[in-house]
Amino acid sequence: MHEISLLENVREILLEHAQSQHFNQVKKITLEIGALSCVEPDALRFGFDVVMKDSLAENAELFLTEVAGMGICDLCDKQVSMETLHDPCIACGHPFVTVTQGYEMKIKDLIVI
Amino acid sequence: MCGICGCGQPEQKHSHHHDHHHEHSHNHDDSERLIKVEQDLLSKNNAYAEQNRAYFKKNNIFTLNLVSSPGAGKTTLLVETINALKDQLAIAVIEGDQQTEHDADRIRATGIPALQINTGRACHLDAHGIGHAVMELDVKPNSFLAIENVGNLVCPSSFDLGEAHKVVVLSVTEGDDKPLKYPDMFYAADLMLLNKIDLLPYVDFDVERCIKYAKQVNPDIEIIQLSATKGSQLSDWTDWLKAQLKTQP
Repeated sequence: MHEISLLENVREILLEHAQSQHFNQVKKITLEIGALSCVEPDALRFGFDVVMKDSLAENAELFLTEVAGMGICDLCDKQVSMETLHDPCIACGHPFVTVTQGYEMKIKDLIVI
Repeated sequence: MCGICGCGQPEQKHSHHHDHHHEHSHNHDDSERLIKVEQDLLSKNNAYAEQNRAYFKKNNIFTLNLVSSPGAGKTTLLVETINALKDQLAIAVIEGDQQTEHDADRIRATGIPALQINTGRACHLDAHGIGHAVMELDVKPNSFLAIENVGNLVCPSSFDLGEAHKVVVLSVTEGDDKPLKYPDMFYAADLMLLNKIDLLPYVDFDVERCIKYAKQVNPDIEIIQLSATKGSQLSDWTDWLKAQLKTQP
């Protein structure tokens, strides 16, 4: 359940932004989660209310957007979609594809008051 | 006062969360507004990791983050590595487990300083805790620091501790398809130690298939086969370690 630790990081980041950008409450938070990252969206949703309780994001709405996995084939150089880190190239079947997108997990934006 | 992060808390195990609210006296517009953040969820941890990495570089401390599932033989491997190298270089160990001092006790029995971090409910070590542990353990300059992470093939893969390399230990009693089942860890590691090879005659484990799977996830991963308990090919690993220490900037 490292999702809890990730959410605790989110809570700290929110506090920093609250101080620098002067807000008291987060109404909505949008996270971008890559399809190849080791984050389980359901676990994030599960832990969100618990971790944000008594913080400025208590009762905030959590919105998750998934970023598709993409990579460049090491052999045919085509850009291909990936569902797991070890997917072979869907164009030529070569086993090694370098991930270019889908490994990220970030706070995209907030709606605050 | 913590020398690395300046958080003012000397103890190595604390959550560093500020649970109090920050009230502002500024004039606020009560209407909702959108704030662009675009910040990695792990940015806090990564910042601590970079501080650790800078400290390690400045003090010429070569740091490895050992990861595996529970029971792969990390502690035994460390004990045998220490016994092989302790006359040649300064070594220190940080041990991570949810509970108990057992592993740190095993390391201390070799005469090497060790510090145990009990993570409690957390399933991994984080960079902030490592920064404090390094201060508390007083890791000497020009040394090798081994961090034995919590036995877990999932969560520790995401948390940079400031190490030079993640080293994943996989034992032949676990199944040759672990690299495909837990790809994140094998993707994050630079070296895989295939341990307990003395047991190969007794288990259904295909070494070639395992190596193929590991390379499929991470084409650049280096692989060393050994048995920590029997000492077989342990020198392949200690030679790798010594070569890395020599090439440190």
